[in-house]
Amino acid sequence: MSQGKNSVNLLHKNYLHSLSIEKRWVRFYQGVIFIVFFSGWELSSQQRWIDPLLFSSPSKIWNLFLEKFHDGTLLSNLGVTLTETVFGFILGTLLGTLLAALLWWSPMLSKIIDPYLVILNAMPKVALGPILIVALGPGYSSIIAMGAIISVIITTIVVYTSFKEVDPNYLKVLQTFGANRFQCFKEAILPASFPTIISTLKVNVGLSWVGVIVGEFLVSSRGLGYMIIYGFQVFNFTLVFLSLLVIAVVATIMYQLVELLEKKLIKE
Amino acid sequence: MSFLAIKDVHHTYFTKASATTALSEITLQVEEGEFVSFLGPSGCGKTTLLSIIAGLIKPTHGTILLENKPLSGLKNQIGYMLQQDYLFPWKTIEENILLGLKLSNQLNDGTKRAALDLLKQIGLGGIEKQLPKQLSGGMRQRAALVRTLATEPKLLMLDEPFSALDYQTKLKLEDLVSKTLDEFGKTAILVTHDIGEAIAMSDRVVLFSPSPGRIHKVFEMPDELKSLSPFNARNHETFSSIFQTIWKELESLESGKE
Repeated sequence: MSQGKNSVNLLHKNYLHSLSIEKRWVRFYQGVIFIVFFSGWELSSQQRWIDPLLFSSPSKIWNLFLEKFHDGTLLSNLGVTLTETVFGFILGTLLGTLLAALLWWSPMLSKIIDPYLVILNAMPKVALGPILIVALGPGYSSIIAMGAIISVIITTIVVYTSFKEVDPNYLKVLQTFGANRFQCFKEAILPASFPTIISTLKVNVGLSWVGVIVGEFLVSSRGLGYMIIYGFQVFNFTLVFLSLLVIAVVATIMYQLVELLEKKLIKE
Repeated sequence: MSFLAIKDVHHTYFTKASATTALSEITLQVEEGEFVSFLGPSGCGKTTLLSIIAGLIKPTHGTILLENKPLSGLKNQIGYMLQQDYLFPWKTIEENILLGLKLSNQLNDGTKRAALDLLKQIGLGGIEKQLPKQLSGGMRQRAALVRTLATEPKLLMLDEPFSALDYQTKLKLEDLVSKTLDEFGKTAILVTHDIGEAIAMSDRVVLFSPSPGRIHKVFEMPDELKSLSPFNARNHETFSSIFQTIWKELESLESGKE
C-alpha cells in the first residue's frame, strides 16, 4: 500500500520535472530568437549588408538611449506620452461604459441611435485628428481626445451587448423585490458585465497608444510620437527605432498591468 | 373574502407574426395558509399566470386582488422562487439573502438578524461569507428560499423550484419547504409539471389545459394527505389512486388535442 503511494509520488515528481524541463526549453528558444535577432541586426549593419543609415543598429540605439536617458529628454517625452495614453484609455472606457448604460436605460434611444453607432464604428477615428486639433487646440487635450475617441465607440458596442446578454432571470429576482431600473442596473447588470468591461480595458490600452501616437505625429512638440516624426524629418532613424522600442516595452508593461488588475478584480 | 382572488384573467402575447392567447377566463380563489399547485402540460400558461399574480406582467384583462386590494402598489407582499436559485454569483450568501431587504429599505439590525437566523434554521449556518459557487445545488436553492422568505412575503410563488435538482435533493427540499411554509403559515402557489410533487405538497391541485390556458379541473387533496409531509404523502395508499386520476385527466387532455 505504502509502496504504491511512493511510486505515485515518484511518478508525480517525474511529471513535474518533465514540465520544468519543457518550460526551460521554451525560455531557451525565446532567448535564442532575441539574441539572434539583435546580433544579426548588429552584424548586418556593421558589415553594411543593410543600409546603416536606414536601419541603424542595436549598439547605436543603445548609445542614443543612454544619452537621451542621461539628459532627461527620453523620460520627459515618455512621461508625456504615457500620461496622454492612460488618460485616453481610461476616458475612452468610462465614456463608452456610460454611453452603454444610457443605451440600456432607454431601449428607444438605442434603436434610434443604432445606425449611427455602426457608421461611427466603421469610420477610421484617426481621420478625425485634424478636426480635433482645430477644435481643441494643438496640445494635450486634443491628443487625449484622440486616445479616447479611438476606443469609445467600440467600448460602447461591446459593453452594451454584454448588458443585454445578462440573464433576464436575475432581473426577475430583483423585480419581485420591487427594484427600480437603477437598482436593477446597479445590482445585476453592471456587476455581471464587469469582466467584459475589464477585457475591453485590455483592448483599449492598445487602441489608445495608436490614437496618442498619431495625435503626436500631427501636433505635438513633445512625446514619443514627436520623437518618431522628428527623427524621420532629420533622417535620424536611430531615434525612430529607439522610440519604437520604448513604445513596445512600455505598452507591453501597461498591458500586463491591466491583466494583473483583471486578475485582482475578478476573483476566481 | 378570500386571501387571493383571481377574477376573469385573460392574457394575450403579441408578436409581429401572431397574437397568442396564453390564458383565458381564469378565476380562482386561494385561502390564507393554503398550498395550491398549478399542474399542466408545457405551454398551458402556468408560469404566465404566476408572473401576473406576482405583478411582473400586466394581464390584458382581469383583476387580481390580494386581501381585497389590487396588486399595483403592493411591494414585497409576494415572494418568487425560480427554477434555478439565481443567487448573484458575485455576492456572498449573506449579501444575497439580504438583497430583498436592502432593495426595499427594510434592512436594519432586527431584519438582518431574523434573516441570518432563518439561514441557520434551514441548516445553512456558518456559510454567510461564502460565495454561491462554493455550495451544492440543494444548498443554493435553500439559500434562495431564505432570500425569498427574508422580506416576509404574504404569498409565495414557486416556479418549478425543484426541477433542476437531483431526485434525492428534491425530495428532501420538498419536505423542508413544506415544513418551513407550515411553520410561518405562508400561503403558496407552486407551478410544476410533476404530478407526484403536486399531490405530495399541496392542499389543492389546479389542472390547466393548454392553448389557450384554462382551468380544466380542480382536485382537493384528502385531509390525510394534507397533514403528512411530502415524503410520507408519497408513500400513503391514497397517493397512487389520486395520481392515477390526475394522470388520466392529463391523458384525456392530450388526446383531446389531436
